[in-house]
Amino acid sequence: MSLALFWIFAAITLASAVGVVFFRSPVSAAMSLVMAFVGLAALFVTLDAFFIGVVQVLVYAGAVMVLFLFIIMLLDLRADERRPVKLAAWAGGGAVVGGFMAVLVQVVGSLPALQQTKPALANPAVNDVAMVGFALFRNFNLPFQVIGVLLLVATIGVVVLSRRELK
Amino acid sequence: MATLANYLIVSGLLFSVGLAGVLLRRNILIIFMGLELMLNAANLSLVAFSRFNLGQDGFPDYNAQVFVFFVITVAAAEVAVGLAIIVALYRARQTTHVEDLDTLKF
Amino acid sequence: MTSAPWIILFTPLAAAVAILFLGRFSKPLSAGLAIGSAVFGCALSWWVFFQPDSADPAIRFYWMDFGEQLQIPIGMTVDHLSRVMLVVVTTIASLVFIYSVGYMRTEEGYWRYFAGLSLFLFSMLGIVLADNFVMMFIFWELVGLSSYILIGHYFKKDSAADAAKQAFIVNRIGDFGFLLGILFLWAATGTLMFGELTRGVAGFADYPIYLTVACVLLFCGTVGKSAQMPLHVWLPNSMEGPTPVSSLLHAATMVAAGVYMLARIFPILAAAPHALDVIAWVGGITCFAAALMATQQDDIKRILAYSTISQLGYMVLGIASAPTADVPMFHLFTHAFFKCLLFLCAGSVIVGMHHEQNIWKMGALKNKMPLTMLAMFVGSLALAGCPFFSGYYSKDLIIAWAVESHPVLGWLSVATAGLTAFYAFRLFFVVFLGKPRGDHARCASESPLVMLVPLACLAVPAFIGGWPVIEKLFFHIEEPQHIPHALHPILWALFAVGGGSAFFLYRGAAKDPISIPLFANRLYIDAGYAWGVRVIQDGGAAVLSWADRWVVDLLVVQVPSKLAWVCGFVLRFLQLGNIQAYAFFFGAGAIGLLYLLIFK
Repeated sequence: MSLALFWIFAAITLASAVGVVFFRSPVSAAMSLVMAFVGLAALFVTLDAFFIGVVQVLVYAGAVMVLFLFIIMLLDLRADERRPVKLAAWAGGGAVVGGFMAVLVQVVGSLPALQQTKPALANPAVNDVAMVGFALFRNFNLPFQVIGVLLLVATIGVVVLSRRELK
Repeated sequence: MATLANYLIVSGLLFSVGLAGVLLRRNILIIFMGLELMLNAANLSLVAFSRFNLGQDGFPDYNAQVFVFFVITVAAAEVAVGLAIIVALYRARQTTHVEDLDTLKF
Repeated sequence: MTSAPWIILFTPLAAAVAILFLGRFSKPLSAGLAIGSAVFGCALSWWVFFQPDSADPAIRFYWMDFGEQLQIPIGMTVDHLSRVMLVVVTTIASLVFIYSVGYMRTEEGYWRYFAGLSLFLFSMLGIVLADNFVMMFIFWELVGLSSYILIGHYFKKDSAADAAKQAFIVNRIGDFGFLLGILFLWAATGTLMFGELTRGVAGFADYPIYLTVACVLLFCGTVGKSAQMPLHVWLPNSMEGPTPVSSLLHAATMVAAGVYMLARIFPILAAAPHALDVIAWVGGITCFAAALMATQQDDIKRILAYSTISQLGYMVLGIASAPTADVPMFHLFTHAFFKCLLFLCAGSVIVGMHHEQNIWKMGALKNKMPLTMLAMFVGSLALAGCPFFSGYYSKDLIIAWAVESHPVLGWLSVATAGLTAFYAFRLFFVVFLGKPRGDHARCASESPLVMLVPLACLAVPAFIGGWPVIEKLFFHIEEPQHIPHALHPILWALFAVGGGSAFFLYRGAAKDPISIPLFANRLYIDAGYAWGVRVIQDGGAAVLSWADRWVVDLLVVQVPSKLAWVCGFVLRFLQLGNIQAYAFFFGAGAIGLLYLLIFK
């Protein structure tokens, strides 16, 4: 059951991701990306990371994707016109991606420890929001506040960048 | 039951697809989406490691999930700034096609 | 008693500082402060001189203390030697300070001059009172500094600025040796105190060569400061300074610092006979060569300057040949008075002549400046060694000891005595007899009272300073036993011959009847130095220029810059301007690195 779900969600995620790369229209690509994020959230849930799954849906599938679509609308982007495919670029990109996959498969295949299945939790009813909260505010309080400053800086940066008389 | 290796392979594939998007697509917005995919692939690995590597109390290692939380936050900030830059760029050059943005060429 | 030396030492410094801040507002104030401090120091010095030796522990503190190995104290020596020197320095300084009021009254930089004089007095007293080598060296350098300031008093004149620089640099050469000598002695004995060094010399018995080298290096300091050959060139040039400065620094006291230092380390030198031989030869040759040069100079101050070098040569020779340091110190004592007198007379003449210094433009001043002439006559007789004048006693004593211990140098110094009489009276006759040779000489006038009183005060010790009764008061001297009986008659005869020939040659001469270019051009030593410096400088500059052009410019600058340009030119073809190409390079590099890290 669990394995089947894993494969279903994995397949959805990967297929949507491939869609992102291959759809010609930006809007289709963005919708495909939403699907990929939702699939990923489901994968997080199969890993008992409910909080991260929810955040994934809220932040990515919600906020980030709205932003993407908004920009697509704002720039009035249409589907790319067909340009001659550059063989060298495709070959180079394919080589890098293939090389990465080769390294990854070799690493994963060579480590028997990775073949373990999920160990049983001490208590199947995980209260992981509380746990993440504890970890966040106890162990990572300072980084948490720093990240708040980062968001503020990003906000200010965006405002500055968006001003029309930017020279 | 899915093994850790399964998750890592899925994560790796996702990363590769994102990388392919970055390397092959010419639309800067799609490239940006590819970047997001790569970030999420990394998150998947982190959560998988957290689940498969239980702490002494028998629960997942939540430090990894906090890490993912931070990655998501930074990614959100990055998207906001990145998209603002793209808008500014579009205003200046009327294009989102990276092959048209080659001013730094020798 | 123990604090008196400290007061004597620091009063002039306080005066110098006060003049520096207040002197520019009032001429009488700056002169008054300087003269007050000097006279006060003089009175205190005479008081100290007549105090019995006290058993009080000297006040001393440690300026630097690095444990047993190296302690640098600041302390005072008050012994027989330093008391005599204190009296000489402060007495002459007081008289010269007073004289300066008259000499400098129309000159610029009045307060600067008196501040410099006070600083000089402080430095000189520091040398006299120092009880260890480091303190002496510090004040030794301070003397060099104040000498630089005072020689360069007319610094707007190029020749004065150059002379000041030359004096400073030439002295540095000697001081380098001096410092090395100090370090040698310290390394061998572990102490810098004069008293302990004297006892520490016994440890040198196994390494006589080491002690010899150390003493010769110390003597380098004397060669520089006391203007011995071959570093004598700065002293005649330093006559660019005001005449009272020449009198005080370059005749009476500062140049005597080198001799005083030798007297201070006399017990150490006595243990190094080979070093004494070197000292004797340097002193003897300087004494003779400087006298030769003095016979052909035309500048009134230069003649006296060369006579100073010659007399310092006598003192150095005396250090090397006499059994006690009192013999050369006796000559230092008498010389200080008569040479100071001579210089102050020269200053008086120069003021009367409206700053004309060439003796061939003077003449017949005996009617215009009778008092100056009288004082100059006393000084010349003392310098020439006329019987019953001070120079006669002290110089003949050194000559007698030199004849006994170094016969060759001894007879050379006997010949020098004749030359001394000749050039001293050449100067005197040309300036005061004959006919006036210029307009200035015709309308010259006697100097003011403030200048004549110091002359009178100095003329007395220049006359009686060598009499046995005074000698007994200051010194403990023994006569050499084995000298030829003819020595003294020979010296009298030489005095008569030298003085007489000068009288007949120069009595009415309109220009110099004798012309010996070799002597007039100072044995070509100055020219030789100039040539040597030029050759070394030009040669060095050529080498450096070559190195700059071919090593620095070509190898260090041009080649790497071209290399960097070529690398940059090749690498900039990687700048495709395409983001994805960069992403490709980055990705490929990262994967390659992963592969290497994990599988290799």
